[in-house]
Amino acid sequence: MGKVLLGRYVPGDSIVHQMDPRAKLILSFFFIIIIFLANNWQSYVLLLTLTIGSIMAAKVNFAFFIKGVRPLIWLILFTVLLQIFFSSGGTIFWRWGPFNLSYFGLINGAYVFCRFVLIIFMSTLLTLTTAPLEIADALEKLMMPLKKIKVPVYEISLMLSIALRFVPTLMDETAKIMNAQRSRGVNFGEGNIMQQIKSVVPLLVPLFVSSFNRAEDLATAMEARGYRGGEGRTKYRVHYWHTSDTTGCAVFVIVMLILLFVRHW
Amino acid sequence: MDMIEVKNLIFKYPQQEVYNFNNFNLKVKKGEWLAIIGHNGSGKSTLVRLIDGLLAPESGEITVSGIKLTPETVWDVRSKIGMVFQNPDNQFVGANVEDDVAFGLENAAIPREEMLIRVKQALERVGMWKFADHEPVRLSGGQKQRVALAGVIALKPEIVILDEATSMLDPEGRLAVLEIIHELNRVEHLTVISITHDIDEASKAQRVVVLDDGKVVQDDIPAEIFSHRAGLIKIGLEPPFSEKLKEELIKQGIKVPDEYLTKEGMVDWLWQLFSKQ
Ligand SMILES: Nc1ncnc2c1ncn2[C@@H]1O[C@H](COP(=O)(O)OP(=O)(O)O)[C@@H](O)[C@H]1O
Ligand SMILES: [Mg+2]
Repeated sequence: MGKVLLGRYVPGDSIVHQMDPRAKLILSFFFIIIIFLANNWQSYVLLLTLTIGSIMAAKVNFAFFIKGVRPLIWLILFTVLLQIFFSSGGTIFWRWGPFNLSYFGLINGAYVFCRFVLIIFMSTLLTLTTAPLEIADALEKLMMPLKKIKVPVYEISLMLSIALRFVPTLMDETAKIMNAQRSRGVNFGEGNIMQQIKSVVPLLVPLFVSSFNRAEDLATAMEARGYRGGEGRTKYRVHYWHTSDTTGCAVFVIVMLILLFVRHW
Repeated sequence: MDMIEVKNLIFKYPQQEVYNFNNFNLKVKKGEWLAIIGHNGSGKSTLVRLIDGLLAPESGEITVSGIKLTPETVWDVRSKIGMVFQNPDNQFVGANVEDDVAFGLENAAIPREEMLIRVKQALERVGMWKFADHEPVRLSGGQKQRVALAGVIALKPEIVILDEATSMLDPEGRLAVLEIIHELNRVEHLTVISITHDIDEASKAQRVVVLDDGKVVQDDIPAEIFSHRAGLIKIGLEPPFSEKLKEELIKQGIKVPDEYLTKEGMVDWLWQLFSKQ
C-alpha cells in the first residue's frame, strides 16, 4: 500500500537523481503536454527515444517501469479498445452494429497505447529518482506565484511533507490494529461486499482516534518548538539549479522543436 | 536566582468544572534539576504547558528567566524553553533526522549557514549525526527522543522540560537520554524539569516535587522522598528497587542503613556487607 502512495523512490546517484526536483517536475509536465503534439509514428519514435534516453541516464532497473504500468493495464486496455472500435476511417475490416474495426481505429489504438505507456514511464521516472519530500519542495517552489492570490503555499507544503512523513507510521499502526482485530475474530478481505465494509469499521475507528491524538500531540510539539505559521521562516533544505538542469530542459525543448517539424512530415 | 516562578496560578480547562490548579505556587532555581512526580491526572503535563505558554491561566503570574508570561511575550518565553514530550513519534516533524532538528531553527528564522553548523553540533552532541539522513521509521524510540533533544539543544534554551520523555523507551534508550540530560544540567547548567514515573530518573534530580490533584504535597531532596515507602505507594509510585530490597533484607534480620540508597549505593553497600562476612 505504502509503495503505491509514495511512488517507489530508489536512491541513486545518477545525473537524473541529482537534478533539481523543480526541473524534473517541470520536465515531467512538459513531456505530458508535448506528447499530445505527436500525431504519426515518427513522432512517437522520437518521444520513445527521449524516454528511453532519460531512463538510461537515471540508471534504474527497467523492471520498475513495467511494474508502474501493471496497475493501470485495465484502464489502458479499455481506452485502447474504445479507440479501436469506435473510430472509423480508412479500410474497414469488420463491422457489427456501432462497432467497427478500421485501419484508423487500429492506428489510433496503437497511438493511445503508446501515449499512456510513455506518460507512465516518465512519471515513474520522476517518482523513482525523486524522494517524495523533494517533490513536495519542488511543488512549494513552483506554487510560489500563487501566494499573490493568497494561496497558503507554505502551509500546503508543510501539510504535504507531514502527511508524507506520517504515512509509514500510520501504515505500521494499521497493521497493528488489523492484527489486534483479527485476534478478536474480525475477518479482513473475506465474505461479500457488505461483510467486507463491516470489517473495515473496527479498523477505521481506532485509526481515526489515534490519528487525531497524534495530530494534537504534533500540533503542541510544533508550537512548543516555535512554529507560528509559514511566514518568516528560513529554509534548511535548499535545491540548487545546476548546468545539468538547464541541459535537461534544453534537450526537452529541442525534442519539442523536432516534434513540431516531424508532425508535418 | 529563580529561573521559573509560578505565583497564585489558577487554571481549569475550558468546558471543565474542576480546577486543575487553585492558587498554585512553585519556584525553580537557575541550574536546578527538578523532578515532578505524581499519579496520572495530577496535573503535571498541564503545569509545564502553562509554563511554556501552551495553555493560558485564568489568573496568576508565571515568570520565566525574568520575563513575565503574557500573550505578547509568549514567543520569547518559549524560546527559553525546550520541551521533549512522551511519544517519540508524535513530535517528529521533519522528514528525516536533520530536517527535524532544523525545524525549530527554521521557525526562529536562523540563517541557513548557522543552521547547518547548529544542526551538526546538536546531532553530534546526542550521538545521532551518522543518522542525519534517516527517516523516523528507521529509528528506535530512544533514537527519536535523542533527535528531539538535539532539536532542543540546537535552539540553545535555558530550560529543558521533559514530559515523561523516557517513559516509552527501553532501558537502554532511557539511559542514553538521561545521560544527555545529566550533561546538559551539570556541564552547561541548564535548568531541567523532568516529569517522570521512573524513580531512578527522579533520584538523579536535586529536588523532587510530588504533585497530587494540582497541589504540591511534598517538596524535598530525592533521598528524603524515596525513603518513605508508604508515602510513595499512596501517590501511586512503586518504591525504588533498592528500597524494596532493603525491606526484604530487614525481614531476613539483616541490619541495613537508614538513609536512602541509590541502585549503585545499594550495590556498594552489598559488596561491603559481603566482604565483611
Ligand atoms: N485537553 C484537556 N481538556 C480537558 N481536560 C484535560 C485536558 N488535558 C488534561 N485534562 C485533565 O486535566 C487533569 C490533569 O491532566 P494532566 O496534566 O495531563 O495530568 P498528568 O500529566 O499529571 O497525568 C486530568 O484530570 C485530565 O483529565
Ligand atoms: Mg502527563
